[in-house]
Amino acid sequence: MSTATAQPGTDDTRRERHGDPHHLGRSGKGNDATGRGEGGPASKRIIVGYGFWIFLLSDIILFSGFFAAYAVLVGETAGGPTGRELFSLPYVGWETVLLLASSFTCGLASIATHKRRMLQTQLWLLVTGLLGFGFLVMEGLEFRHMIAEGAGPQRSAFLSAFFALVGCHGFHVGIGLLWLGTMMAQLRVKGFRPAILRRLLCFNLFWHALDIIWVGLFTIVYLLGAGL
Amino acid sequence: MNDATEQDTVDQQDSAPGEEHINDQEPAGGLRGYLIGLFLAALLTAASFTVAGSDFFWKPSIPAALIVLAVAQMGVHLVFFLHITTGPDNTNNVLALAFGVLIVVLVIFGSLWIMSHLNHAAMTPDDMIHTMR
Repeated sequence: MSTATAQPGTDDTRRERHGDPHHLGRSGKGNDATGRGEGGPASKRIIVGYGFWIFLLSDIILFSGFFAAYAVLVGETAGGPTGRELFSLPYVGWETVLLLASSFTCGLASIATHKRRMLQTQLWLLVTGLLGFGFLVMEGLEFRHMIAEGAGPQRSAFLSAFFALVGCHGFHVGIGLLWLGTMMAQLRVKGFRPAILRRLLCFNLFWHALDIIWVGLFTIVYLLGAGL
Repeated sequence: MNDATEQDTVDQQDSAPGEEHINDQEPAGGLRGYLIGLFLAALLTAASFTVAGSDFFWKPSIPAALIVLAVAQMGVHLVFFLHITTGPDNTNNVLALAFGVLIVVLVIFGSLWIMSHLNHAAMTPDDMIHTMR
């Protein structure tokens, strides 16, 4: 289906449909592809995706500051509990399973969106949200347990950095869940409109990027902290 | 009707990161891509947790192994979930990613480097004896 539209024949029909009101070169001869100079400026969808990608990278740079602070302060336990005493690897493993599964179902939702299947899209988005919520609940319980044991963020520089880093990721997941609910409602009311499709694309990027950050997080904080 | 809306809004020759439209003809696209990605990511995660939790491996090698596994898994996520490709339409995304990685590496390793030097510089004679033991 998507290969058929790349044929020259359909390109012509597209040109006819859109015309070239601003003389940007789309109706000219030669390479009709956008974003490479010849074909005129890139479509809005490309620019939105690229802009959101830049935002995600800046968000990852924000996380790198928290990672750096954690790495510097990991030994400063002030006589308090160390990561080795606090972290439980099987628990973190289950958190990872939830987040990885939600990343996968988010991808399934994007496939269903691509095929314009409303029920399937909503269903996979719902599963994504439930898995993400499960992750957030597990993290909340872990935090509560640690604070109840006297290992709250005020105990040592190590724990301050830990709660800042892991809490910042959890905060992002929470924001993602709010966004997910909004997108499900918008999709239900407005259908597969171009603007909604762009927002779904951005949400997909956001959710997958959170999983990438979690990979760095469970490796540096939990595995290196508990195993060694 | 729904297919027509897609034709209107989607330029099939250009792709943004994270989308399905272009890449479903490539190995990293479509359901197959997500299944491969999930399989590889699960495999690497399982390997990470196994390496960290077992006594079978030589201890000093474990941090390096964990870092390598994490970087590999991030690569799997980028290719199979975020659909970053080497195609010409992804040049901008890849360049932005490369710059982001540069900044992240500078921030993290720069901080570690500077702070370890400061720790040495700020040592009292007592601390020095302590570390030499």
